[in-house]
Amino acid sequence: MKVIYKAIWDLPVEELFASGHRACAGCGPAIAMRWITKTAGPNTIVVNATGCMEVTTTQYPETAWMVPYLHVAFENAAAAASGVDSAIRVTSKKGLWRSGKTNVIVIAGDGGTYDIGLQSLSGMLERGHHVLYILYDNEAYMNTGIQRSGGTPRYAWTTTTPVGRAIRGKIQAKKDIMGIVMAHRVPYAATASISNIIDMSNKIKTALEYTEEGPTFLHIMAPCPPGWRFPEERTVEAARLAVETGYFPLYEYDHGKIRLNPPTSNMVADPKRRKPLREFLKFQGRFAHLTDAEIGELEKEVVANLEYLAKLASL
Amino acid sequence: MTAVAAIQKAKAALALTSNYAVAYAVKAADVDVVAVYPITPQTTIVEKIAEFVDDGELNADLIHVESEHSAMSAVVGAAAAGARVFTATSSQGLELMHEVLHIASGLRLPVVMAVPARAISAPISIHGDYSDVMNTRDTGWITYIASSAQEVYDTVIQAYKVAETALLPVMVSYDGFLMSHTTEPVELNDEEAVRRFLPRRERPNVLRPEKPITMGAFAMPDWYYEIKYQVQEALASSLKTIEEVDAEYGKAFGRSYGIIQTYRMEDADYAVIAYGGAAFGNAREAVDVARERGIRAGAIRLRVWRPFPADRLLKQLAGVKAFAVIDRAIAFGSPGGGPAFIDVATALYMGGMDVPGLSVIHGIGQRSMYVEDFVKIFEMLKDGERNKVVYMGLRL
Repeated sequence: MKVIYKAIWDLPVEELFASGHRACAGCGPAIAMRWITKTAGPNTIVVNATGCMEVTTTQYPETAWMVPYLHVAFENAAAAASGVDSAIRVTSKKGLWRSGKTNVIVIAGDGGTYDIGLQSLSGMLERGHHVLYILYDNEAYMNTGIQRSGGTPRYAWTTTTPVGRAIRGKIQAKKDIMGIVMAHRVPYAATASISNIIDMSNKIKTALEYTEEGPTFLHIMAPCPPGWRFPEERTVEAARLAVETGYFPLYEYDHGKIRLNPPTSNMVADPKRRKPLREFLKFQGRFAHLTDAEIGELEKEVVANLEYLAKLASL
Repeated sequence: MTAVAAIQKAKAALALTSNYAVAYAVKAADVDVVAVYPITPQTTIVEKIAEFVDDGELNADLIHVESEHSAMSAVVGAAAAGARVFTATSSQGLELMHEVLHIASGLRLPVVMAVPARAISAPISIHGDYSDVMNTRDTGWITYIASSAQEVYDTVIQAYKVAETALLPVMVSYDGFLMSHTTEPVELNDEEAVRRFLPRRERPNVLRPEKPITMGAFAMPDWYYEIKYQVQEALASSLKTIEEVDAEYGKAFGRSYGIIQTYRMEDADYAVIAYGGAAFGNAREAVDVARERGIRAGAIRLRVWRPFPADRLLKQLAGVKAFAVIDRAIAFGSPGGGPAFIDVATALYMGGMDVPGLSVIHGIGQRSMYVEDFVKIFEMLKDGERNKVVYMGLRL
């Protein structure tokens, strides 16, 4: 990662994502939007998949977006962004595009990325478009009212994986979306969390710079208070605990090389620096039904994933 | 014409399939972005365009999308960013695009698409009929149905002017295989003249960092209806644009087609209404045969399917005793049998006219349509057969 911002006062001041939108109090994705637009700057076109961020920010005749913004549908944000990128490239050559170098950023949720948008994401990555794809992950279809997605973790309660007498929450594990993206051999992919703003902003900046070579990808952890069932003042804390318990590791894939970022790198070096997973789970209603045995299982998965990433990083 | 001019004119005519005619028109229109995805019988269009691009004859960016849904999404994105765009598909591909067809018209984007029309699964059929095009009827697209390779070429060029004026997407369809893969002489225009005919104009609403706008906003019940009504109004008023562009094209290049085409309708007692190349070609021949047999027959072709040219059509039907519509698609479970018949019947009702008609389904999955079948339709009309659905060419 290119370190452009060292401290909080280095971060851009200009706001390009207006307040007054209709996202819930304590919305994690809205925090991500603010920092994505600030970091990318005004010479940016946002292509948004259908989802919370689309419906809460664009209610006609108002908009929260101070950069050009396009929403087409749910599953095709990467395809629409391919068209925007292609248009900019070819009309620049023909002298018809006069805005200079323009960032093209896709913003899509976990449903729009892990599930319905996976095909168009793969196509865009394979074709090598100059697009930064940002996945804001709140781990379920929150816009339609908390339904399970491929990004929902094992055992989590959602309205389509209720805690019943026979089956308690989601049966399957969360999909390794970073693995899928890295398999496309893109120049750059990274995870980030709304709790670690400087790390996230540097990654946005780095990813945008690398779009000159080809597509880049950011997977941003963005908790959802109503969907995860926790009080809205604890969003950033939830995101921080996701990182500090090793549940959501911070790492980057830069031209084939995987690097763990702090604090994930620290807890891999010294397991005592990893907080117990229970601290992340205990205040979330979606995990309230978990037994100690189930928490133990999830903790094992977290540790195994950190070991897997550490191995990849050592290659 | 001098001998030299005649030779030059002859040189400009190439033997082309309708699919290749589309590709030459796209090249002449200096299109910027083309989304490419193969499907029979469309594929040779994008193959030819790829040749033009790779040979440096067309300065366009090809997006080799991974599906037709992404093809339409990519050209929507490119058009939103101000580019002149093109894509093509048929059948299942058009079905897969369906969701985004509504979005292209709702966002008022001048997307141009060619559709060699093909039957729809199941059972899978690669052959021609108009089931795919008819399923897009209510998507807000201007839709032409051409009847010759020359008309296909001319219509694609006209489509860009119409789309960029009306701010609506335009579909240019024609018979799958019977036209898409049939070679005809096509006179090509001077490309510089085409570019003068299609000047680059800055559209009012495009994605530009200097003037940020939000496209594809979320509309609540207080606004949704008004925005969709604007599409309806734009589509209705586009008929005038279509006519003006056709006339202007005629002046510039010497060929124009009108909204509907008629054949020997002046004194006709019985009219057959058809669309596409094969059906109208047969209808015209059948008119001649029927007239030899003493039936005052005439034929009408719907060149523009959306917006539906009701007024023009009613004028033609005002003097006839009965009509038949040849539909190469089935409107399953409908009261009228075929989609065009339903619209003709509705147009008559809305116009306060009462002309009896026959709904004829034919050419489904490219079942052969014979001239004699069409003569038989005129005979049925003369014999007083009325107000029913006839499944012609069907084995029972």
